Amino acid sequence: MAQAAAVAKKPAPPRRRRGSATPRRLPYLLIAPAALLMLGFIAYPVISVFYYSLQDYNPTKPWRNGFAGLDNFVHAFTEDPLFWDTLVFSAKWVVVEVGLQLMFGLALALIVNQTFVGRAIGRALVFSPWAVSGVLTSAIWVLLYNSQTGITRYLADLGIGEYGTSWLSDTSTVFSAVVVADLWRGVPFFAILILADLQSVSKDLYEAAEVDGASRVQQFLHITLPHLKDAIILSTLLRAVWEFNNVDLLYTLTGGGPAGETTTLPLYVANTSVDAHNFGYASALTTVAFVILLFFSIVYLRLSKFGGDNK
Amino acid sequence: MTTNAVETRPVAPAPAADEPPRRPKKAQRAWDEVPRWQIYLPLSIYLVFTLVPFYWILLFALRPAGSTSLVPWPMTFEHFEKVWTERSFGTYFENSVYVGIATLVMTTLVALAGGYALARFDFKIKRGFMLALLCSQFVPGALLLVPLFQIFAELSMINSLGSVIIAETVFQLPLSMILISNFIKNVPYSLEEAAWVDGCSRFRAFVTIVLPLLRPGLIAVGSFAFVHSWNHFLFALMFLSNQEKQTIPVGLNTLLSADSVDLGALAAGGIIAAVPVVVVFAFIQKWLITGFSAGAVKG
Repeated sequence: MAQAAAVAKKPAPPRRRRGSATPRRLPYLLIAPAALLMLGFIAYPVISVFYYSLQDYNPTKPWRNGFAGLDNFVHAFTEDPLFWDTLVFSAKWVVVEVGLQLMFGLALALIVNQTFVGRAIGRALVFSPWAVSGVLTSAIWVLLYNSQTGITRYLADLGIGEYGTSWLSDTSTVFSAVVVADLWRGVPFFAILILADLQSVSKDLYEAAEVDGASRVQQFLHITLPHLKDAIILSTLLRAVWEFNNVDLLYTLTGGGPAGETTTLPLYVANTSVDAHNFGYASALTTVAFVILLFFSIVYLRLSKFGGDNK
Repeated sequence: MTTNAVETRPVAPAPAADEPPRRPKKAQRAWDEVPRWQIYLPLSIYLVFTLVPFYWILLFALRPAGSTSLVPWPMTFEHFEKVWTERSFGTYFENSVYVGIATLVMTTLVALAGGYALARFDFKIKRGFMLALLCSQFVPGALLLVPLFQIFAELSMINSLGSVIIAETVFQLPLSMILISNFIKNVPYSLEEAAWVDGCSRFRAFVTIVLPLLRPGLIAVGSFAFVHSWNHFLFALMFLSNQEKQTIPVGLNTLLSADSVDLGALAAGGIIAAVPVVVVFAFIQKWLITGFSAGAVKG
């Protein structure tokens, strides 16, 4: 019996109650619910996306459904300028958002890691937008950006800008407007993760550095930053994927407009499937997105040293 | 000046990111203090950016329609009454609570079982399973709307809250399971073994010894699951076309996408959407950072 339990890290308990599974089967039983759910609702859908990407499939136009070969992909890469626009915008969106969020999040974490009066409440307030949903963020910023009763009206009262300015419907301002709205919600993510990691920096290092006369900037560059490196790389990567994938905010704030100015690839997919019901084409676009995500996940696995130590 | 800080544990001075260095005057104290203004000035500026939007939505929710006053006075609750009854936010709220709690319970239980297996056993497909967990974090639900819709249609679960609960749970699982298995790894195996020697079954040893120690981690994971499913809206938008079944975020989206947006109703609806999240976070804040640093750092 104990030999049979060699799969377990440690010998089996000397006495086992009747009815309990043998340790050999136990781990499989324990992961079964999760594995089944993920097979059924992640793996299977992913495979069916690949299948539908090769089909003409539109429930509202059933007479055209059928095998399409690579037509959907050919259409995307050669005939659909919107596809390229969304790719470019996705890249711009992810780089700008993640870069700014990391910068502000790092600065904020360093600040609230200090000891000062009011730190607890300061932290709570600074982190508060983190839990706000994409839709609610949109609601809030729609109120702020409203051309009649939003912030521009009161700025105009003070002589800044003009009355009736609508940042969300002007193609020259819409990008900054959505970036700011998403920053508002995204900065706390980095701040929280970096703060958690900052708390594990050994104080002795700073004291030693101080004795050696290191300036605060030197301490930051040579102690804090190297310590945070791994956390920063991994959270940046995860956040980049998240910003690429997440469509809630853009879907509800601009709907991808005006004139497709703020459509990321996933948002384009959602619009194509939800509004246009063009499921086959949407699946082909999804496949392209998967290839991009695959690249990111390989980088992620490399960096997180998957399997390197006993994870 | 403020050496009598509120915090009991002094924290090593991490330098302010963008400020020029100021040589410590003397090394008579082991850690010198960052000048107060270097903390309060940037913090205040950032707080204005954080809090003005919150104030703005409160203002619109509480002042009468058509008012342009910058203080919510005279105060009115007409928008809340309207949104709760006329715009069915009462029903939405109930649905969202069901979805949130069911997702929380399912995610936590399934992740606990799987996380225990990952933390305590070596088994053949463990590596493959871990790989699948890590990779599935990269699979966005938004891109799987169509096949998921078809699956739920096949199962006759369209327009049932069950579809949303399953979908939310599935996409919460990978991260939750990784986190929980890290929390379990932090509990020494010898504690469990000692209980077995005393005649406890594996299950009982887990429940009485390990589970209480997992509290901060479980609170973090459970509240993530709740808040995430409370906030997320694409699944509900796609799978629940019946208005009776819809959730708060879908209701908000309906208000947002109306031809002429009723700003007062939108603001009141937004506050209704925010209240449970605020309550959850006020309650769990102290566990959250601990949970994060215990589980996520080595993740």
